[in-house]
Amino acid sequence: MKPVLQTTPNMDVVVIGGGNAALCAAITSAEAGARVLILETAPKTYRGGNSRHTRNFRCMHEGPLSVLTDTYGEEEYFQDLVKVTGGKTSETLARLAIRSSQSCLPWMQQHGVHFQPSLSGTLSLARTNAFFLGGGKALVNAYYRTAIALGVAVIYEANVTHLELDGDVVTAIDYDHNGKSSRISAKSVIVASGGFQADTEWLARAWGPAAKNFLIRGTPYNRGVVLNDLLQQGVQSVGDPTQCHAVAIDGRAPKFDGGIVTRLDCVPFSIVVNRNGDRFYDEGEDVWPKRYAIWGRLVAAQPDQIAYAVIDQKSIDLFMPSVFPPVVADTLEDLAVKLGLEPAILRQIVDQFNTACGDTGAFHPTELDGVSTTGITPAKSNWARPISDPPYYGYSLKPGVTFTYLGLKVDETARCSTDQGPIKNLWAAGETMAGSILGQGYLAGFGMTIGTVFGRIAGSEAASHANS
Amino acid sequence: MQTANETITQTISEARRQIEVCNACRYCEGFCSVFPAINRQRSFLDGDITQLANLCHNCRGCYYACQYTEPHEFALNLPKALAEVRQDSWQEHAYPSSVARAFHKSGVAIGLATALAFGLLFWLIKFVATKGGGAGFYTVLSHNMMFAIFAPAFLLPIFSLAISLRNYWQHIGGGPIHFNDIKAAFGSAAKMKNLAGGHGEGCNFEDEDRFSNSRRWYHQLVMYGFLMCFAATCTATVLHYGFGMPAPYGLFSLPKLLGLAGGVILSFGTLGMLVLKLKADFKLSDERVRGGDTGFVLLLFFVSTSGLVLYGFGNSLYLSELLAIHLGAVLSFFLLTPYSKMAHGFYRLVALIRDAQIQRIKSRP
Ligand SMILES: Cc1cc2nc3c(=O)[nH]c(=O)nc-3n(C[C@H](O)[C@H](O)[C@H](O)COP(=O)(O)OP(=O)(O)OC[C@H]3O[C@@H](n4cnc5c(N)ncnc54)[C@H](O)[C@@H]3O)c2cc1C
Ligand code: SF4
Ligand code: SF4
Repeated sequence: MKPVLQTTPNMDVVVIGGGNAALCAAITSAEAGARVLILETAPKTYRGGNSRHTRNFRCMHEGPLSVLTDTYGEEEYFQDLVKVTGGKTSETLARLAIRSSQSCLPWMQQHGVHFQPSLSGTLSLARTNAFFLGGGKALVNAYYRTAIALGVAVIYEANVTHLELDGDVVTAIDYDHNGKSSRISAKSVIVASGGFQADTEWLARAWGPAAKNFLIRGTPYNRGVVLNDLLQQGVQSVGDPTQCHAVAIDGRAPKFDGGIVTRLDCVPFSIVVNRNGDRFYDEGEDVWPKRYAIWGRLVAAQPDQIAYAVIDQKSIDLFMPSVFPPVVADTLEDLAVKLGLEPAILRQIVDQFNTACGDTGAFHPTELDGVSTTGITPAKSNWARPISDPPYYGYSLKPGVTFTYLGLKVDETARCSTDQGPIKNLWAAGETMAGSILGQGYLAGFGMTIGTVFGRIAGSEAASHANS
Repeated sequence: MQTANETITQTISEARRQIEVCNACRYCEGFCSVFPAINRQRSFLDGDITQLANLCHNCRGCYYACQYTEPHEFALNLPKALAEVRQDSWQEHAYPSSVARAFHKSGVAIGLATALAFGLLFWLIKFVATKGGGAGFYTVLSHNMMFAIFAPAFLLPIFSLAISLRNYWQHIGGGPIHFNDIKAAFGSAAKMKNLAGGHGEGCNFEDEDRFSNSRRWYHQLVMYGFLMCFAATCTATVLHYGFGMPAPYGLFSLPKLLGLAGGVILSFGTLGMLVLKLKADFKLSDERVRGGDTGFVLLLFFVSTSGLVLYGFGNSLYLSELLAIHLGAVLSFFLLTPYSKMAHGFYRLVALIRDAQIQRIKSRP
């Protein structure tokens, strides 16, 4: 279908996407006096991409700030980032994001976001992460209200398919809306349309066929259409194209959009077996917040990309409840049948594990207690208590993809480039450029920090370009 | 047709399903006291669900903030789910509950009851009233006659409510009450703390996710307006019996000042509430009682406004008609209190007491 040229007047700034990064950019541009249009592919009820699933952002602060206690300085923040990324980060961009995060909090409040003290069960984040009252969808709602009040136009169900790149300028934007293709032009263009994890075909090409069995934790609308289109035209990329961030979530979660409630925190108190009944990793290696991210990969490497966590009555109340009730049975054999495992094998594995458990007197659910097994591989190095008190509970685990790492390479002004140099009127913000800073791993709350900081930078750059 | 009990089981299990999603999510923790109460527990008995429902003010913050509302398959609509449980609990615990079922659902029933009360008073005034027993209103309807009508109309509802609240307390598993529980509950109710939305900007009532304090303010007007009118009646009773000073009272007397100011405030508040109700999305409340709810607010509006009209035109030829209309509305209002939306205030207070009690017990070392 050949796009027809829109007769609507040309825009100063067109923002592609409707999540946190897009909204921060649009608001900033509009406040700088630009006429701004947001093209969001999702319908209004599902607007806001992955941002609608978030709960907090990580914020540097040199003293108590709003709901944040104590201090969290630049250096500590940066070292936390280096730890999770194994150094795969751009120090300049990372420090820029970290330093700017402090001024983001009051900016967010001025633009309608409310904060709340850290949620029950998340005390470990109380110092570093500011929680949004009502979560990410409340934040997104507040930003839409603010943007619309500033005169920003929003078109929902507007799927951008192509940016026409002519040398170092984007000359046109093609999008589908109401079954019709349209073309508009803008003085400045901001891409804030996330990663490509919702395109499972792409994911399977990148990761391997196993990726078809992955669940996508967030929006089904981040299919990397614009990312792919720009990469095809030689826009510079960053980040490992084959990798995605995946955690182990409840195997019964929906394919898309299951969000936070599908998370399972029972692993440290359990034994985890694959479809064949084999244990494959130390369930008690570290406290769960530090380990939950590696379990996505571990499960992804198992047959059919599925695993089963088994606990007994002693542990059922030790972790946050999850949205689906566990499978329950009075005997391990019955539990195995209900989970689709071989009863004799599960019994054998549990017996072996139980014999390998030692003195459990020092058991402490929230600390590395050193209560470990001896004589089995893999060992369980903490919280190793026999699975012996009925009823027994089982959960299935599948990999749940949070985001992909491949993205657009940007500089400190959030500008994109080709090998020939910077593109005059194209900026990127949020997940779609986060690979520049998060080369691997993930730091809780950093996604929203990157989106807010670079959204604001992109918005202000785009507006001053349009105004000049 | 479904029996009332089947419906109650269904509404409770739907609310439980949603509450369990919230307990895994917790994003709304700061909006109101419902979420902290959810997050204290892991599993929920029927009584727990009823208690949570009575803590909810239907401010809707948690609906517009929720990433799982329809068309998402988790289909969250907590304000509606809790509204339905709450309604069922008021009807089920009312004494007698069949009366509550009729009036909660139907504005027409409320209207008919009120018309009947008008009729009764017209008849009394015209044919039975002993004239000449006093001044002012009492020239139309003697004080003794008023007492004969309104003493039971006041005491019967109190009696009925007491039974209901006792049932409710047993159902939610309440324990012995401590003075501090009551203090905490009244403190919260006096400020309508939970209607502030956790951040002071109020409810999401009139215009999707826009926060606004107007519902909180109108509700405050209704509550304080009502309490002032009630206080006016009480002071008048004290003056009459305690000091031998029967009505009519002068403009600067306590009953007049309280009654007039309270009446104006109450009229204004109920009118505001009606306007808000028209703007709000009914799909986020219990649609079964739309008529009854609106009928009740109208009745309250009518009570206060007819009182003011009576004051303004009390010296006219129409005194007896106006008096009959006003007193009829008041009578209907009193009698319907345990069986209409008016009951919610009592349940809410009890729910807040229970919430304070649970927190006190949990925080004990
Ligand atoms: C369950 C879950 C919980 C998370 N929790 C947190 C958290 O607590 N804190 C945190 O910092 N991070 C969290 N993250 C990560 C966080 O969601 C992202 O880092 C952040 O939302 C990225 O924002 P964004 O604006 O770049 O992308 P998104 O919010 O995903 O927005 C992308 C937008 O682009 C639109 N779009 C896509 N393609 C097109 C197209 N072709 N045309 C037009 N529009 C298009 C989408 O519809 C969407 O509106 C979480 C992620 C998930 C999945
Ligand atoms: S209403 Fe929705 S967002 Fe709020 S706590 Fe419940 S599930 Fe979470
Ligand atoms: S509607 Fe308001 S009061 Fe009721 S549970 Fe939701 S946030 Fe709380």
